[in-house]
Amino acid sequence: MRDVSLDIQPGELVALLGPSGSGKTTLLRVIAGLNSPDRGRVLFDGENATNLPVQDRHVGMVFQNYALFKHMTVADNVGYGLRVRSRRTRPSRPAIKARVAELLQFVQLDGLGDRFPAQLSGGQRQRVALARALAIEPRVLLLDEPFGALDARVRKDLRRWLRDIHKQTGLTTVFVTHDQDEAMELADRVVVLNEGRIEQIGTPEELYDRPASPFVISFVGEAVALPVTIADGHVKFGGHELHIDTHGLRSGPARVFFRPADIAVAAEGDGDLEGRVESLRRTPAGVRATIAIDGYDQTLEIDSPLEHSASLGGRVPLSLAKARIFPADERDAYVDAGDGI
Amino acid sequence: MSEIAIAGGRRAKYRPVTEDSPLARYALIATAVLFLALFLLAPLAIVFFEAFSKGLDAFLSVFHDPDALAAIRLTLLVAALAVPANLVFGLAASWSIAKFSFPGKSVLITLIDLPFSVSPVVAGLVYVLVFGGQGLFGAWLAEHGVRIIFAVPGIVLATIFVTFPFVARELIPLMQEQGKVEEEAALTLGASGFRTFLTVTLPNIKWGLLYGVLLCNARAMGEFGAVSVVSGHIRGLTNTIPLQVEILYNEYNNVAAFALAVLLAGLALVTLGLKTFLEWRHADELSGRARRH
Amino acid sequence: MTSPVLVGKNARRFTAPGVIPGFGLTFGYTLIYLGLIVLFPLATLIWWASGLGLSGLCAIAAEPRVAAALRTTFFISFAAAIVDLFFGLIVAWALTRYDFAGRRLLDAFVDLPFALPTAVAGISLAALYSPNGWFGAPLADYDIKIAFTRWGILVALIFIGLPFVVRTVQPIISELEVELEEASATLGAGRAQTVLHVMLPPLAPALLTGFALAFARSIGEYGSVIFIAGNIAYVSEIAPLLIVVKLEQYDVAGATGIATIMLAISFAALLLINLVQAWSRRRFGHV
Repeated sequence: MRDVSLDIQPGELVALLGPSGSGKTTLLRVIAGLNSPDRGRVLFDGENATNLPVQDRHVGMVFQNYALFKHMTVADNVGYGLRVRSRRTRPSRPAIKARVAELLQFVQLDGLGDRFPAQLSGGQRQRVALARALAIEPRVLLLDEPFGALDARVRKDLRRWLRDIHKQTGLTTVFVTHDQDEAMELADRVVVLNEGRIEQIGTPEELYDRPASPFVISFVGEAVALPVTIADGHVKFGGHELHIDTHGLRSGPARVFFRPADIAVAAEGDGDLEGRVESLRRTPAGVRATIAIDGYDQTLEIDSPLEHSASLGGRVPLSLAKARIFPADERDAYVDAGDGI
Repeated sequence: MSEIAIAGGRRAKYRPVTEDSPLARYALIATAVLFLALFLLAPLAIVFFEAFSKGLDAFLSVFHDPDALAAIRLTLLVAALAVPANLVFGLAASWSIAKFSFPGKSVLITLIDLPFSVSPVVAGLVYVLVFGGQGLFGAWLAEHGVRIIFAVPGIVLATIFVTFPFVARELIPLMQEQGKVEEEAALTLGASGFRTFLTVTLPNIKWGLLYGVLLCNARAMGEFGAVSVVSGHIRGLTNTIPLQVEILYNEYNNVAAFALAVLLAGLALVTLGLKTFLEWRHADELSGRARRH
Repeated sequence: MTSPVLVGKNARRFTAPGVIPGFGLTFGYTLIYLGLIVLFPLATLIWWASGLGLSGLCAIAAEPRVAAALRTTFFISFAAAIVDLFFGLIVAWALTRYDFAGRRLLDAFVDLPFALPTAVAGISLAALYSPNGWFGAPLADYDIKIAFTRWGILVALIFIGLPFVVRTVQPIISELEVELEEASATLGAGRAQTVLHVMLPPLAPALLTGFALAFARSIGEYGSVIFIAGNIAYVSEIAPLLIVVKLEQYDVAGATGIATIMLAISFAALLLINLVQAWSRRRFGHV
């Protein structure tokens, strides 16, 4: 991981988002104290925790595959963090029992305390893991791909549930995910990571509306990338000039990124771009046209109202409502991998 | 509620939580090494030490003894009969078990493993009960002048019994893992059954087969208890190397006993070496099942 | 041109139809060979034993010399399996979790008791522990005798049983999930607590299996024991040796009786293994 600097506010729900190998799990493990950073510090409430052993950090960690102790009952799993405390701070047996019952009720698993993890469903195991992490009254809650091992339907339910849990406990919560929908739906703020670097930190709105890098715009939602050239403050694509501010970029090759929703069929003589209609399909609200843009190797699907009666094989003007421009040489690879419709 | 901050700064270093403390680590390694040295390596070392304790000539003189030579010949003969017999059985059993489904399969597999749970002495005893003087066929055999117990056939039979599962138990799980898709493909392409076996199945199982044969051979040449019961200990006739070792040892002829033992210990080392090589080099072509015996 | 034709056949088949040939041949050969080499001789033993009857078996077991040999075999096998359990766990742990010079070589040598003929193991252990041997001589200075006593039997059986424990436990140790240790640590457990509460309990079924395998093997062990045991009747005589002795005295019934009892003990141990594994599979998902 390189040059990572991150400040998480009390009570915040933060997502670490990135593709596999982006370093998001490593970052989470550094916070937990499971990995030691090569250099750098981890502060909890301003206090340096870098050299604080895992045992003393009081982080509630929920592992990707839950890491439940298979040989212990659900109740023993949940009570584990209390039982291993030193005699001085360990609650009494009845107190532990009561706390476990309370937590099982909180995660809606009351009555299942005597089961073994093997006898539970995936969603139930995940809730046991959460109850176990909450039992130690953690300072922060860390979740590694909390929904990764579950099927799609259960995932949706659990997302809402996690949001509720966060609201009820008020715990500072950090979770790792590779699923941008999950991050955007749940988190107050999202940290986008790529190749061990933080690409952007921001609210979901900021990520959608003001992506800071080609990677972010491609990874968070769909994006189309057009290779353009900048000359004398003008942005050129093929023979067309795009009406985009260059943001002070120097002359030379660049890339323009836009969301599929931000391109539309324009009035005659009004467009930034021109495309050829490859196919047309009726939709309830209008027509969906598959359009090939000259000089771009993929087709776009554009919805337009009925009055733009484009004809098959004909040429139509297209206008961009919103687009972002980045230099072409920087991290070309990501752009190619991430773009497309 | 807590605030978390991560920032640049000095390098931090502590022991990962999944590592044992150096003290515990060294104590456990030292215990393990010491235990293995005392209980495994020392017995191996002393075989060579005793064999050469009176010099090379004393060691070599054993191999001029006709009884010792007869024992070596008999051991080779027994292995040459027992190993192929169990090899053919192993192939037949694994083919029928892995490529077909039929009721009672798991019972059959358990029965094939049965000889490993039987004491070698009992393995010898059961053949005495069948073929011995007081045995089931004893009278009939005596009438027709056929000797099995206290003769070479008994030794071969007892050896086959104790080495019975080696090849089969290596091949069965291996062939079950591989399934039968490749064979079916070959057959639909027009290959005959035997050709399919030679060109498709055999290349897939060759390392596992070699592994099984290796262990089978080591046990066949070194078997003592079962052979001891059926052999009758007739010098020059029904003594295998391990039996000859026993006789020499009981006669306080230590150098000769250990000199012959060196042959067997050498065989064990070669077997271990090849076995380790196969597990290291061809691990994915051996069955994943835990190996024992 | 031929067209595929499906022919209905009502005949019930032993094996599902398929294109692979050779079932009749290989299955038949397997059954015949298994029957002739293993099942028929073992059935003969059972037949002989049933001729003795339960009372006959009890009478043989009650003979003082037989009873002493069975006791010796049983208890020393048990003790040896306990020692193997303890040191086998340490050996397996050290070989699997740590890296040190010579680890691979030592790992290969763990199988030595499987590969070394028992007679060779027997004479070399006897030589090591005899009063003028490498280990026997220094021990003799402290008036400790190993060879030609019951301690000798114990040493030989420890040697024979060790790989069973190590090889059964090793794969389970290497499969222990790192996340479990980490989870334990994040919950506040110290390293010792993690090892004790989280890492050792999952090894229990494998340890018990290894123990039972070592024990079952020790019950029947002959070659490696008789050289070092001294074979003094009532003291250091093991049951397999007594079978040989009975046979030499043409007491086939006595030999059969002892063999039957030994088989019963071995099978009980193996049954225990299967029960343990079935239980742990049911409860913890897998062994």
